Amino acid sequence: MAEAAQAMGDGARYLGGGTLVMRDVTYGDQSFQRIIRTRQPDRTIGTDAAGLRIGAGATMTDILASRDVEFLHPVARVIGGPAIRNMATVGGNLFAPNPYGDMTTALLALDAGVVMSDGQTQPIEAFLAGRDRVRGLVVAVTVPRVDPGAFRFRKISRIKPKGVSVIAIAVNQRRNDPRVVFGNMGPTALRAKAAELALASGSDPAAVAAVCLEGLSPATDPLSSEWYRREVAPIHLTRLLQDGGAR
Amino acid sequence: MAKAPVTFTLNGAETALFVDPGAPLIDVLRRGAGDLTPKHGCGQGTCGACTVLIDGVPHLSCLTLAEAVEGRHIDTTGGLAGGPDLHPLQTAFMEGFAAQCGFCTSGMLMAAKALLDATPNPTREQVIEAISGNLCRCTGYEPIVDAILTAAARMQGQGTRGAV
Repeated sequence: MAEAAQAMGDGARYLGGGTLVMRDVTYGDQSFQRIIRTRQPDRTIGTDAAGLRIGAGATMTDILASRDVEFLHPVARVIGGPAIRNMATVGGNLFAPNPYGDMTTALLALDAGVVMSDGQTQPIEAFLAGRDRVRGLVVAVTVPRVDPGAFRFRKISRIKPKGVSVIAIAVNQRRNDPRVVFGNMGPTALRAKAAELALASGSDPAAVAAVCLEGLSPATDPLSSEWYRREVAPIHLTRLLQDGGAR
Repeated sequence: MAKAPVTFTLNGAETALFVDPGAPLIDVLRRGAGDLTPKHGCGQGTCGACTVLIDGVPHLSCLTLAEAVEGRHIDTTGGLAGGPDLHPLQTAFMEGFAAQCGFCTSGMLMAAKALLDATPNPTREQVIEAISGNLCRCTGYEPIVDAILTAAARMQGQGTRGAV
């Protein structure tokens, strides 16, 4: 990865699983002229005292095969079909534009850290805010210790079992400092901070959902209108908080 | 830009080709190796018509960098039949009218083969999940699911099953 990071530069794009970069190649994206890849992607998933470390090259199938990240299985399971899950990586998901990036939505709710090739780790929220200007390569994602019972995820899509997200919602309902995160409700996965404050103060699900749109900026795209997303996001958040989003 | 040499095993045969830098695997299979069974559908990973097995695992050949398959084993629908004998999946698809226009069929077959290789006796839900990345705009999916279950049953020596 160190060599790959050195080879990066203007006009280069890193190839992880290929689900994003190869599509751009096929569709004639002229913004890059070189593809950089490694023959030894880091697909390891392991735990240490601080929590979890997921190699950037770990695929969604790798996630589903690991007991260490069982709480992420409901997220990985709804990303694409089997072939996509065999290819798409956790590192690549951090850069996935709407309507993709469900794993990133979950990782933001889990306060993940993004480990860069220079050894620095930055909070995922800061990483996402500047991901279009990232220098270097992502080598891993770290996840602090998770209470699996506090983590909930729901993907709202038009097609089941496979379909891209109209909206994705991840909630980390830990007692002191909860997280409420929406995917496809802004340019990247975004925290609904007003909803987090309401949740932390013990408000009921309806009251949390009533303020969940503050700071979000959903777009109109071929999947859904902005109006529809604003209408249904509070409903799905309420359900997620009430019953884990099972319905 | 100079072409790059790539060697891989295609349906059991050693294959060596020069490929354009950045070329997707499907182009190399179809234009280079002459295997026209993987279909170029959406080119963006949505339709599954280009599904092939790489080391036994389903991959989308439209999103796979050809240079990245160096030394790997690739299986396509072109290698399913053993000479004149169709694979049980092909027979079940044919008998059960699981192919209409046929464009999705090779991808469906490879997704189904990967399932049956790993799970010889799948449930209906497992079949649906296995082909969830493969779009069919003709059949409504039911004949395809039935055909896969029928093939599974025949391969298990249990006779027919499902509504084929």
